[in-house]
Amino acid sequence: MSSGGVVEHFSYIVTVFLMVAGLYVVMARGNLIKKLVGLSVFQTSVYLLYIAPGKLIGGTAPILAPQYTVYSNPLPHVLILTAIVVGVATLALGLAITVRIRETYGTIEEDEIIAADNAVQVAEDVRS
Amino acid sequence: MSLSVHLPALQVVLPLLSAPLAVLLRHGGFAFAIVTAGAWAAFAIAIGLWLQVGESGTISYHIGSWPPPWGIEYRVDRLASFVLLLVSGIAAIVLPYSRASIEREVPRDLHYLYYAMFGLCLTGLLGIVITGDAFNIFVFLEISSLSTYVLIAMGRDRRALAAAYRYLIMGSIGATFIVIGIGFLYLTTGTLNLVDMAERLRAVESSRPVLAALAFITVGVSLKLALFPLHQWLPNAYTYAPSAVTAFLAATATKVSVYVLIRFWYSVFGESLIFEKLPLPQILLLLSLAAMFVASFTAIFQDNLKRLFAYSSVGQIGYITLGMSFDSVNGLNAAILHLFNHGITKAAIFLLIGGMVLGLAKAGAVPPAPTFDRLAGLAKRMPLTCFGIVIAGLSLIGVPGTAGFVSKWYLILAALEKGQFWIVGAILLSSLLAIAYVWRFVEVAYFKPAPEGTTRQEAPLSMLIPAWILVIGTIWFGLDTSFTVGTATEAAQQLVKVGR
Repeated sequence: MSSGGVVEHFSYIVTVFLMVAGLYVVMARGNLIKKLVGLSVFQTSVYLLYIAPGKLIGGTAPILAPQYTVYSNPLPHVLILTAIVVGVATLALGLAITVRIRETYGTIEEDEIIAADNAVQVAEDVRS
Repeated sequence: MSLSVHLPALQVVLPLLSAPLAVLLRHGGFAFAIVTAGAWAAFAIAIGLWLQVGESGTISYHIGSWPPPWGIEYRVDRLASFVLLLVSGIAAIVLPYSRASIEREVPRDLHYLYYAMFGLCLTGLLGIVITGDAFNIFVFLEISSLSTYVLIAMGRDRRALAAAYRYLIMGSIGATFIVIGIGFLYLTTGTLNLVDMAERLRAVESSRPVLAALAFITVGVSLKLALFPLHQWLPNAYTYAPSAVTAFLAATATKVSVYVLIRFWYSVFGESLIFEKLPLPQILLLLSLAAMFVASFTAIFQDNLKRLFAYSSVGQIGYITLGMSFDSVNGLNAAILHLFNHGITKAAIFLLIGGMVLGLAKAGAVPPAPTFDRLAGLAKRMPLTCFGIVIAGLSLIGVPGTAGFVSKWYLILAALEKGQFWIVGAILLSSLLAIAYVWRFVEVAYFKPAPEGTTRQEAPLSMLIPAWILVIGTIWFGLDTSFTVGTATEAAQQLVKVGR
């Protein structure tokens, strides 16, 4: 890619970097809070994917007036407002469940939770 | 009448209104009444819409009278009306059942929230089906998903929390993939209306963003519909969720995701892209076969009855996607049929298991997990419950006279039509695996000696009746197929005609 391409596609490059970084954190980290942080970054990158192409440099809001001819598309912003609400709700719910997991399991590390579940499973198997 | 014009909006709005009202009332009984009323109204409206579609064809409803593609369009065609019937019908049956079931499975002070979440989940699922707007699909998907996570986390076992968390992560990744896909489509076509989008996509060559959109949407939806090997969230979620929730989800949530996949593949991207230019049918065929065999095989070795049938669900979803992979009217017909038939069959099974665990519990205690060691000789104690599970189990296997047979019959017809006899063999072989896991239950419940002093003690009637309505439904739709096959065939023909 030429240097012009990098500048031209700057917003896409940032978007994809955030997307992949977020998804990586979700998969690679065992801490439930860190996973949620990764998920949040992943979801946020999508906001950028929608919003960046909606902006035309020098464009204004679509108001019909003789002095304006270049308009930015406002629809992506509206869509992403909804997506932000969804993202916040997901994060809040995820954190709430994490709190409950901390209360009942006493840990928020995924491998320790799995180990605790397996111990219960083994106990059930022995009993049967 | 003017009201009948607004049925598509009311379909979603009534259950949506019932949820906040349930929260405001803060009382289990009132919340139950209002959400159940909302679900029944939704079911009545779904019947009305089904009749309307039969009379006058596809309904297009413009929200706020803004014409598409600018405004949001609600679009009810044959397939949508069929899935709406399934979702609202199952909700109308599961809600009355919930009352007795969650009495012990969910702490009492959370009951009103349970009903509120149920109402929201129903709203989301109905909304996904009825909307004709791509971004709307995502929003409704998240409404149903978020409430589903809460419903699963309400299970008394602490593993329900871990299962809900895992589903939240996987489900959110899936939903985000879907938004990314929709974003690419929007950037390419400049529209969010599905019909408009399909027209514009047909006009342009399939460019790389379109293919990327297809990939993102397919993977995202596959996560939500638990296509093998993306089903990892499903077994634990189904096992530890409250029984009524498991029954509702097993019958509707994954089925609605299948609907979304059919909608995007056939109505938006079009068959020529999916089936002729890309190796998608081959990939789907392989994954479906893997689901049919691996998941069904895993089911045989489960000790928890709920988990056994959860794995069976993954296997049965394999049949649905197998039908889709054939790229023919018959194949799609079989997929839509199995979507419906498996929905009512699995709901019946999980409802009966809910009654069973309640009967296993000591007075006033939290119901235990339905593991096989607790089920010895259960048929003596709960003959109706066990007999119901056996009938529904026969439908899972595909025995003639049950609903499961009808959909497998059409699946085999579709395979024969393609001349692929080995797939027919695979379908029959995987049915043998279903016999194995259903037999495990029959053996323990009917042939193991019951503990000393067992008396007959069925689940309460308020749970037994809804479950048996569905059990009778599995027989009814196995004998009289005019409604199911008629609707599914019409839906399949409509979709294939649109796609060409």
